[in-house]
Amino acid sequence: MAENELAEPKTSNANAISRRDVIKSVIAAGAVSSTSYLFRVSKVWGQASAPGAVDRLITLNVNGQQRRVDVMKQETLVMTLRYKLGLTGTKIGCDQAECGACTVLIDDVPYYSCSVFTHTVRDKKIQTIEGLAKPDGTLHPVQQGVIDQQGFQCAFCMSGFVMATVGYLKTNPNPTRAELAHGISGNLCRCQDYDKILTAMMRGAENLRKA
Amino acid sequence: MPNVTPPKKYNLIGKNYTTGDLYAKVTGKAKYAEDYRADGMLFCKLALSPMPHARVRSIDASAALAMPGVKAILTADDLPAPANSITDNGTVILANPRGYQALTNEPLFQGQPILAVAAIDELTAAEAIEKIKINLEPLPFVVDPLVSLRPGGPNARTDGNAWVRLPPPPPKPGERPPVTPPDLQTVKWTNEDFEDAKSGRLPMGKATEEWHVGDIDAGFKNAALVLDETFVTPNTSHQCLETRTTMAYWQNGKVFVHTGTQSTAQTVPAIARWLGIDQSNVVFISEYTGGGFGSKITGDITLVIPALLSKKVGAPVMMRITREEENYIGRARPSLHGRMKVGFSKEGRITALDMFVICDNGPYDMVGDAFSSGRIVSVLYQPMAMRWRGLTILTNTPPRTSQSSPGGMQGIAIMEPVLAKAARKLGVDQVALRRINAPEGKAPFGPLVAGKQQYATSAFVKEALDRGAEQFKWNERKVNTGKRVGSKVRGVGVSVSSYSGGTIGFDGLFVIKPDGRIYIQSGVGNLGTESWTDVHRVVAELMGVPWDKCDITWGNTSKNLPWTCPSGGSQTTHAMTRAASAVATDAIKKLQEIAAKDLGGKPEDYVVANQRVARKGGGAGLTLAQAAQRAIQLGGKYDGHELPSDINKFTTVSATALAGQGLLAVAKDNYPHDGNTFSFVATFAEVEADVETGQYKILDFLAYADVGTVLHPNALGGQILGRSILGIGHTLGQKWVYDQHYGLPVSKRFHHTKPPTILDIPDKMAWGAVEIPDPETPIGARGIGEPPVGGGCAAIMNALSDALGDEIFRRAPITADVILASLEAGKPMQDPLRANI
Ligand code: FES
Ligand code: FES
Repeated sequence: MAENELAEPKTSNANAISRRDVIKSVIAAGAVSSTSYLFRVSKVWGQASAPGAVDRLITLNVNGQQRRVDVMKQETLVMTLRYKLGLTGTKIGCDQAECGACTVLIDDVPYYSCSVFTHTVRDKKIQTIEGLAKPDGTLHPVQQGVIDQQGFQCAFCMSGFVMATVGYLKTNPNPTRAELAHGISGNLCRCQDYDKILTAMMRGAENLRKA
Repeated sequence: MPNVTPPKKYNLIGKNYTTGDLYAKVTGKAKYAEDYRADGMLFCKLALSPMPHARVRSIDASAALAMPGVKAILTADDLPAPANSITDNGTVILANPRGYQALTNEPLFQGQPILAVAAIDELTAAEAIEKIKINLEPLPFVVDPLVSLRPGGPNARTDGNAWVRLPPPPPKPGERPPVTPPDLQTVKWTNEDFEDAKSGRLPMGKATEEWHVGDIDAGFKNAALVLDETFVTPNTSHQCLETRTTMAYWQNGKVFVHTGTQSTAQTVPAIARWLGIDQSNVVFISEYTGGGFGSKITGDITLVIPALLSKKVGAPVMMRITREEENYIGRARPSLHGRMKVGFSKEGRITALDMFVICDNGPYDMVGDAFSSGRIVSVLYQPMAMRWRGLTILTNTPPRTSQSSPGGMQGIAIMEPVLAKAARKLGVDQVALRRINAPEGKAPFGPLVAGKQQYATSAFVKEALDRGAEQFKWNERKVNTGKRVGSKVRGVGVSVSSYSGGTIGFDGLFVIKPDGRIYIQSGVGNLGTESWTDVHRVVAELMGVPWDKCDITWGNTSKNLPWTCPSGGSQTTHAMTRAASAVATDAIKKLQEIAAKDLGGKPEDYVVANQRVARKGGGAGLTLAQAAQRAIQLGGKYDGHELPSDINKFTTVSATALAGQGLLAVAKDNYPHDGNTFSFVATFAEVEADVETGQYKILDFLAYADVGTVLHPNALGGQILGRSILGIGHTLGQKWVYDQHYGLPVSKRFHHTKPPTILDIPDKMAWGAVEIPDPETPIGARGIGEPPVGGGCAAIMNALSDALGDEIFRRAPITADVILASLEAGKPMQDPLRANI
């Protein structure tokens, strides 16, 4: 995790302006102007939690594009991607670093985007499942591996597995089955046909080497 | 080898292909419920009960409702009363007034939703929930079925602790008797009944249900070996990776619902019933569902929360269900406490079987797992005489429902270790012992119905065992097991498994349009099994049309889908290949008639092939495109303006909307069907255990299935191995843990009851299929979702006992600490009976 994770943004003057002002300014600046959905994990009733929203405008590099977006201090990357940038291919399976459904690449390294604060990834390259295929629709070799093997069942875990594999292959492009399994073992599939998933990902690795 | 039809040669059936949803899935374009947005969408949050059983005395929401951004509150008082449902044949199923509702004023488990708040965003809704004062009166509770059965033990509900199915009332003349909800009774056993518990054996007081076939006393008397074993299976949550998130809104009096489901068409009447509205006012959209495993057969009743809030406030409402909430309301497989007394001949044939089970039902609707466990054990092991007794006991734990192989998996998990032990004691080979007891052909099963046992349509378990044993090299491998090499010891295990594999009587619907393409309507849910598309390959196959000339519409009930089976209990492959055969036959008949009208001769003179209908042996014909055009001109039955009277009214509505667009084919599956359809699997595994750490690893795994004709090998393999691993999770470590004193769960998330990961599987898993068509269905294909679950769970347990001996475990899961403690003590060191440890 980046060391500036908890650092206060230098430009933030959030306490001085209202949320509405921020949204207005976001709209004026032509940035993503969704209704700024705010989220929180709910606990059993009676157990208080500690909210505290601070909005501000930042620029993110997502799938090769500069995207202006207003985020809260405690906003996680998966929520920004899904609810502010319209990138719903990244899934939420647990929202607490248990399942890997939300895996994206940050500077080529796989991360659980449910457990990364958005403000910590300014100036970094974020890649999601939507950014893998070429603009002409040609699939990334790992995506093609899934097609070749009819990999996965419900596929709710699929974007996480594919991103984890793409990230892992950057460090080890020619893995054994056991090595690749280890490399993507932070991802859960509840449909559980891991054998075919691994075959599809190995096929993807092969496709990538040939590409 | 019984007399069987060899598999036919097909062009499409049995071949791999790329399903039409895969590109969208792999590019992130596929939309699941939480991926939809609507203008002005609000969010809602739930208030969950902190107590396992309580009554709501009062709710003060004034401070919450005064908050800016808070739009509405929904409580149990806002819910429509539970409504009756009606089956396809007109039988009324009376609503259970004690059934599960989305919100409640009397929570019966910790984590049960009491109320919901809608607000402009989730944060505001969550803050509002915290400002609501709920005054709860704590009530007695119990989280262990045996504790509830003790003399003076607490009841999960104020009015009882046991579901008892009553015999149906005598029918009124000319009427079908309604299906009544089970009766809630209070069952307590005596202290004498509990004597057996002191020695760790399941006490067997009075059961609430029982059946028997044959003379078990004589069977035990003639037995060479009698074993009497107690075994407990775990409660396990379904843990679909996609939680039951729902977005709903209303437009022009219709409700639009986005949520996950296993069964698209069947979810419409469920939504209508839960909301108390007419079916015609429901539009249900569910193109992709992130797993179901039985917990989303017709979606989930929780969907009424955003739907009713949306109606109240006049805006779309999104309800995101968190992983922890999913643990409470996402349903679970019930634990069974089981005791099996089994008599064996010296060859290993089961001469008598006395089975006793207690099902931990949770507090709501009765699950059938206790009854199913007996039925499956009966079909699978063909005991010469059998008695089954059972109770379904309520506890203050999350509601259960069917989970892949409901009851079957538990029955097999209880039975298989007994068989493994018997084979060792008798000196009989494990495969041979299963073979000698295996069902064959029209195998009988279950209780007597009108003086006779029911029977299977077919069973080729012996073939699955033989071919599986050969591929696994069973005879070579079994030689060197059980011997320690350093701290390691290996073992091999085999198991057999079964579950129902199909239903009948549903509809098929498609249109051949003047562009010459076939537009197939699919009411099957897309939960990952690919049956939403696989079953329709039959249409292209029988019509002789290339697959790329077919388009499938699915996942949106405003797009005119046919009445379709629920995708649960492995029904779809069987039921919907039948419907596909029926509707393809209808199209072929209509094409032949059109050709005869236009080109002379009799309809039988024409064949449909190569995208044409043409005279046999060559000659005049029409292309499908021309015939579609002619169908529109002819009207009537040809273009759907006249419809058959036997199709479901759901299909009639859809076909009516499609009429006039081309040649409309629509038909109900009326094929004969003699017997009950079951699928089977023989499963083989090798494990290596470390006696110093207690850890074990699966080295090799093979599941060999008897599912009739194979439709789509890649999808079948996914189902066989995927559900095998679901079952293996029950062996490796999945379970609930409860604090009995406070009635509170300790396991609430993935890491508390973790499903197997990619590191838990062997380097290579394999599957096979005997591919003998089922004789009682046109294509010969049966379903496979359920059987591998019990097979996977039991094969690993049997391999472990082969490696480590019979004195290691007496319940599942089997974790490293259990193995170490039991090896040291020389006897099983698990608490034998306590629930949820
Ligand atoms: S959603 Fe991020 S790890 Fe599960
Ligand atoms: S394919 Fe369903 S969770 Fe992985």
